[in-house]
Amino acid sequence: MDYVPHTEDDVKKMMEAIGIRSVDELFTDVPEKYRLRDLLKLPPSLSEQDLSLMMRDLASRNSAPRIILTGAGAYYHYIPAVVGHIISRSEFYTAYTPYQAEISQGILQAIYEYQTMIARLTGMQVANASMYDGASAMAEAAVLSAKTLNRNRIVMVKSIHPEYRQVVRTYCWSNGYECIEIDFGTSGQVDMESLQSALDDNTAAVLVQSPNFFGIIENIAAFESIVHEKGTLLVSGFTEATSLGILRSAGEMGADFVVGEGQSFGNPLNFGGPYLGIFASTNKFLRKIPGRLAGATVDREGKRGFVLTLQTREQHIRREKATSNICSNEALCALAAAVYLASLGKNLKKLAELNLQKAHYLRNRLLELKGWEALFSGPFYNEFALRVPGAKEVNRRLESKGIIGGRELEKDYPELKNGLLFCATEMLTKEDMDRVISLVRDI
Amino acid sequence: MELIFEKSIPGRRASSIPSCDVPEVPIDSIIDKSLLRDDVDLPEVAEVDLVRHYTQLSRRNFGVDVGFYPLGSCTMKYNPKINEDISRLSGFTSLHPYAPAGFSQGSLQLMYELRKYLSEIFGMADFALQPAAGAHGELTGVMVIKKYFEKRGEQRSKILIPDAAHGTNPASGALCGYQVITVRSNSEGGVDIKHLKELMTDDVAGLMLTNPNTLGLFEKNIEKVARIIHRRGGLLYCDGANANAFMGKTRPGELGFDVIQLNLHKTFSTPHGCGGPGSGPLGVAKKLVKFLPVPVVVKKGKRFEWLYDCPDTIGRVRSFYGNFNVMVKAYAYIRSLGPEGLLRASEMAVLNANYIKERLKPFYDLPYERPCMHECVFTGRKQVRESGVHTSDIAKRLLDYGYHPPTIYFPLIAPEAIMIEPNETESLETLDAFCEAMIAIAGEARDNPELVKSAPLTTVVKRLDEVKAAREPDVCWKPR
Repeated sequence: MDYVPHTEDDVKKMMEAIGIRSVDELFTDVPEKYRLRDLLKLPPSLSEQDLSLMMRDLASRNSAPRIILTGAGAYYHYIPAVVGHIISRSEFYTAYTPYQAEISQGILQAIYEYQTMIARLTGMQVANASMYDGASAMAEAAVLSAKTLNRNRIVMVKSIHPEYRQVVRTYCWSNGYECIEIDFGTSGQVDMESLQSALDDNTAAVLVQSPNFFGIIENIAAFESIVHEKGTLLVSGFTEATSLGILRSAGEMGADFVVGEGQSFGNPLNFGGPYLGIFASTNKFLRKIPGRLAGATVDREGKRGFVLTLQTREQHIRREKATSNICSNEALCALAAAVYLASLGKNLKKLAELNLQKAHYLRNRLLELKGWEALFSGPFYNEFALRVPGAKEVNRRLESKGIIGGRELEKDYPELKNGLLFCATEMLTKEDMDRVISLVRDI
Repeated sequence: MELIFEKSIPGRRASSIPSCDVPEVPIDSIIDKSLLRDDVDLPEVAEVDLVRHYTQLSRRNFGVDVGFYPLGSCTMKYNPKINEDISRLSGFTSLHPYAPAGFSQGSLQLMYELRKYLSEIFGMADFALQPAAGAHGELTGVMVIKKYFEKRGEQRSKILIPDAAHGTNPASGALCGYQVITVRSNSEGGVDIKHLKELMTDDVAGLMLTNPNTLGLFEKNIEKVARIIHRRGGLLYCDGANANAFMGKTRPGELGFDVIQLNLHKTFSTPHGCGGPGSGPLGVAKKLVKFLPVPVVVKKGKRFEWLYDCPDTIGRVRSFYGNFNVMVKAYAYIRSLGPEGLLRASEMAVLNANYIKERLKPFYDLPYERPCMHECVFTGRKQVRESGVHTSDIAKRLLDYGYHPPTIYFPLIAPEAIMIEPNETESLETLDAFCEAMIAIAGEARDNPELVKSAPLTTVVKRLDEVKAAREPDVCWKPR
């Protein structure tokens, strides 16, 4: 099945109009010896019905469990039905970037509203139209800090998601910046002494995450002044966006940039993507931040309308002098987030409270098991890290029952042997959690 | 139209949260009050109001399903509906990225096979699927180039980019610490070979070439270009944004390209979603495979697994594995079309562009008179000269005729450019109707220029004040 409407007669008419006898004549600029003579070696074409059956079969080779005890950067949340319906409107999903504002008022207004919601939740004055994901948003904040301050050293805490740190390291390497990692303390929070001693006059940014990879909530207000004293910028990240519904915003506590993963806002797990990079900053960086910005203005008749604005920051105008090379973003995921947030409204706080209660119940029950102990003492939201006798065996047992267990911390933190990182969202019922306890009780 | 915030009425709800089925602990007993927020400042609307709000917004938006969208360089082809349905199968959407490999065999197989298909179509040794968009793929590609020279112990500080290139190319080069050097185009719209020879030194990492280029022209001298770059040890990078022109006709790997990034949302018809999500796979020649981002799907017997241990990798450019759900649609597209379908797609895309070029040639200035590939570039110079009507006016007038305008003012080397990419999924009747609209506008520009300058007349808003938007930025709403 292809989607080409041309009949033989059409092709003939068009060739006549152009003055050619075969379509091949249009490819004469391709040097003769590089023109393919044989068909590509690919599976033969399929009818829509056969394609549908084949893809269903492929999807059924995955098993997507109902009980998921892992978060670690990707969270299983309920998505209200309205979200799927709105983003399935093909006026949205089959459109390009809204460069022609007069016929793109729909997405431009939706993005303006999205930016407003994100700014309010992060406690910032400015939010952009989206980045690729939380990790690249954090890396871009680091790069922007270094460029703005003309410093070339980045400090990040090891309690940031390991994959985010990898991305930051890759971006720093390519820009020629030095990247320092500092330890977390026994509470799981930023260790003030390590932070203090890691800072110098060449440090462009300190990167933290809250709740961090271990689920622990950072007290940003407690170290904000230590960072700013050196003229260094503070970048606060997050991977679990629903936490914004209950926690004091990082903006309010003194962060210069708040960056993170917005997947939890109405975007499915999707095996890791597409997700939604959130990027917010104080007003000071409005003319420097990467990515697109929708802005309000008026038309010739004085009517309110929206355009992509401050484009002189961007690559298509500034070319090699642009702060970022980002072009396509995750607009449809941002639209999903906006619809999700409009749907939840004040219920976002209630949802976050429910997540917190479920996670605390699960942890308390797991800590009743013999030999299971907490790895950190700091306050947490919906994820927590435990030291578990026979961690691998616990996960194997759960897997055999079709349950995704905790994230094995040893993979990224060799020193945290037998550490498991658990997550509980609103999708776990008490019954689910009690079942988990009974399954692992005798290990 | 009112904002969702302006429709908010305290107490309205469009959602319900399940009641708590576990014993509750007082929250301020476990988290210090100073770390908690008081309230969330989000709109409060009923579900019906929410649905009407966004439905009304969608009606103020133009997509491929609404009408012809010949936006040059963006490949706005029709997006098959079956691929949308397939991508929403819960087996694909509900899978956690850290699910054990035993749970994710279908997704791993899909990613593994997609890499093989792309390698075959483009003649590359392997592809990485992690980059989230075309520009992200470019950045990853330049990182791979940087790593390659780093491993060889070579210090190269420059990268060459033609003046016709997309802005993302120089931006990607600069983000990897390279000094960007611009290569001139020749009178035929190709690379100025003499200039390229002068610029290519041992200090140059490579050339980032879009082929076909942004004028829609295939680089005739590609063999010479490749030889000049390779002779001095450089690498040849292909910006694959225009790959819709040559599927099944020729392969960049055989033309001498060492690196190519694709835009799955263009060539492979995964829709663009108002600006994303896209997906920007990166293809490389054999000697560069070991530098690709981690992790990589490998096949052991019949089982697929993740491989993380790749010592020479550049690392990661994104969390997890890339925009997986976009890959599902590209995979379905390739399987649906098969080798004949992909070839026919490229052939008809090129035929359509040449047909438009022939039909509009008498009415608009055509800067390069050669067979074009999948897009053709006119300019509005004739109209500027004759009546002071600019390309932007022509574009705005097209809105009144019900079309999405072509890309305008790009490439920069063709002043007043009008870049038309019709795509293979458009019929002869659609092309004819569009050409007639363009011809009518050329007539209006001559006879009634004020009409064209005042366009659009039929849209929900008239021309917007972009200067005001930039001078008095309002990017987040505040209640008055």
